Amino acid sequence: MKRTPRLNDGTVFVVPAVLLLVLVFVGPLVWFFMRTLISVGTPAEIAAHAWGVISSKAVVTALTTTNWISLLVTLLVLAIGYPVAYFLATRQGWRFTLVLFCIVVPYFTSVIVRTYSWMVLLGRNGLVNQLLLHLGVTDEPLSLLYTKTGVLVGMVYVLLPYMVLTLFAAMKAIDPTLMRAARGLGAGSFYAFTRVYLPLSIHGVISGSLIVYILSIGFFITPALMGGPADVMIAMLIERAVEINFDWASAAVMSLLLLVATLVLYSIYYRLTDVRRMMGA
Amino acid sequence: MHGSVKNHALSIYIGVACVVLMMPIVIVLILAVGDQTYMRFPPEAFSLRWFATFFGDPRWQRALGSSVLIAAIACVIATVFGFFAAYAFVRGDMRGKKLLLAFMLLPIIIPHVITAIAMYFMSGPLRLVGNVFWIGLCHATIALPIVLLILLSTLQGVDVNLERAALSLGSSRFGVFTKVVVPLAFPGILSAGLFSFLASFDELIISLFLAGVRSETLPVRIWNSLHLQVEPVIAAVSAFLIAVTGLVLLLDALVRYMRTARLASPNGGH
Repeated sequence: MKRTPRLNDGTVFVVPAVLLLVLVFVGPLVWFFMRTLISVGTPAEIAAHAWGVISSKAVVTALTTTNWISLLVTLLVLAIGYPVAYFLATRQGWRFTLVLFCIVVPYFTSVIVRTYSWMVLLGRNGLVNQLLLHLGVTDEPLSLLYTKTGVLVGMVYVLLPYMVLTLFAAMKAIDPTLMRAARGLGAGSFYAFTRVYLPLSIHGVISGSLIVYILSIGFFITPALMGGPADVMIAMLIERAVEINFDWASAAVMSLLLLVATLVLYSIYYRLTDVRRMMGA
Repeated sequence: MHGSVKNHALSIYIGVACVVLMMPIVIVLILAVGDQTYMRFPPEAFSLRWFATFFGDPRWQRALGSSVLIAAIACVIATVFGFFAAYAFVRGDMRGKKLLLAFMLLPIIIPHVITAIAMYFMSGPLRLVGNVFWIGLCHATIALPIVLLILLSTLQGVDVNLERAALSLGSSRFGVFTKVVVPLAFPGILSAGLFSFLASFDELIISLFLAGVRSETLPVRIWNSLHLQVEPVIAAVSAFLIAVTGLVLLLDALVRYMRTARLASPNGGH
């Protein structure tokens, strides 16, 4: 009769959510890849078609653009976000709350709204050009919108919070007395930073950069609205293949390529970090 | 002296960063109350005419209705399923827990364009394009990871001994859930519900493919407008979306505040 109440049988509660994902998320993906690729023909024909798509000029250019923009965005976001995260990790009270507010409000604002705002700001008569003219940096309005600069500004703005929150989570775990100890032992502030703080925060740097790069290579909304004809990223090419050319087979090949790249990077991310802490949760 | 100069430099940098971070949000709010008929900043005169246009036009009303309905469906499904899944992760004794969690977070990792096209490919033959319930279900997969991340940390804070106690005092498994786990995790469940609603409400890419003409959501209509010709009413609609975000963040802050107040009160809030 006497038995300890067992609570370790909660596993079954995960089933509804797994079913939802299998039926509405994984199912459509598998069905899409299977059907579109099988419709191409025999495995040899599929391989030939895939090679044709991947080696086409449009896709090679888009892949180069995608990687280049993603790399630049990741480096920019890291450089801009690191001091912000450091500030958050070392301050309390109203300063902390204010800066966190300025990170969190944009973070939870719709991407389309944020992109729209930057389109207004970067336009020919936009606030940024007005400011540059006023300061005498330039004599005539610069073309910022529909250029690579526009895409970079928009994407950096959208992705910055992911980096800051990831870095902040890593930095919060750093014992502040270590920096004081290094300074007390005679290290200059630069030396103490590069030899003590930076190595201790490197974990956050790597996982933040990975997550930003992963999200960058699949980015669609911002480059589609803010980029010029030369700034076509792979996700845009996939959308066009479906919406404009009804070329499902090519869309599937490009999607598979992007999916595999994403999954490889995600598996590295999975190895390096605790996924429960994703996005600084 | 040296250190204080550095601290000043950091403070100035942070100040500038905060201004730049908030500027796009503030600009939209100002544009929304401008009286202009084309994209121009700053506006020369102010009025609420674009809000009147937004709330008065039946097409915008329909888009608002679709957005709310889809987000409500996604929110309920994601929160309920996500709550049970998070409970299984915290209390369950399964193998490969970490890998399963990594799998369940995939919807926010895999590029939305791929997910959207795959869902669209399936929706066509099943005649589900434009079906509000189906779009809500699809959005629920995107919202599920957010619910999981929030509720995992909430449920880790629920003492397993309270559940054991209830069970040994004769409570049923169901009773443990409704009388112990849910009340203790309630603030987290509310937060998860709020943020999953927002995730669906702001989602563009899946809606873009699945909405058809029937069920266009607010983000889809903004997208169409930005692609063709930017209507001035977009600023008012965007300001409305920002207001929804603000409301969600405010309610979440309130929920957190109430939880700390309850924990801090000497009699445990009874």
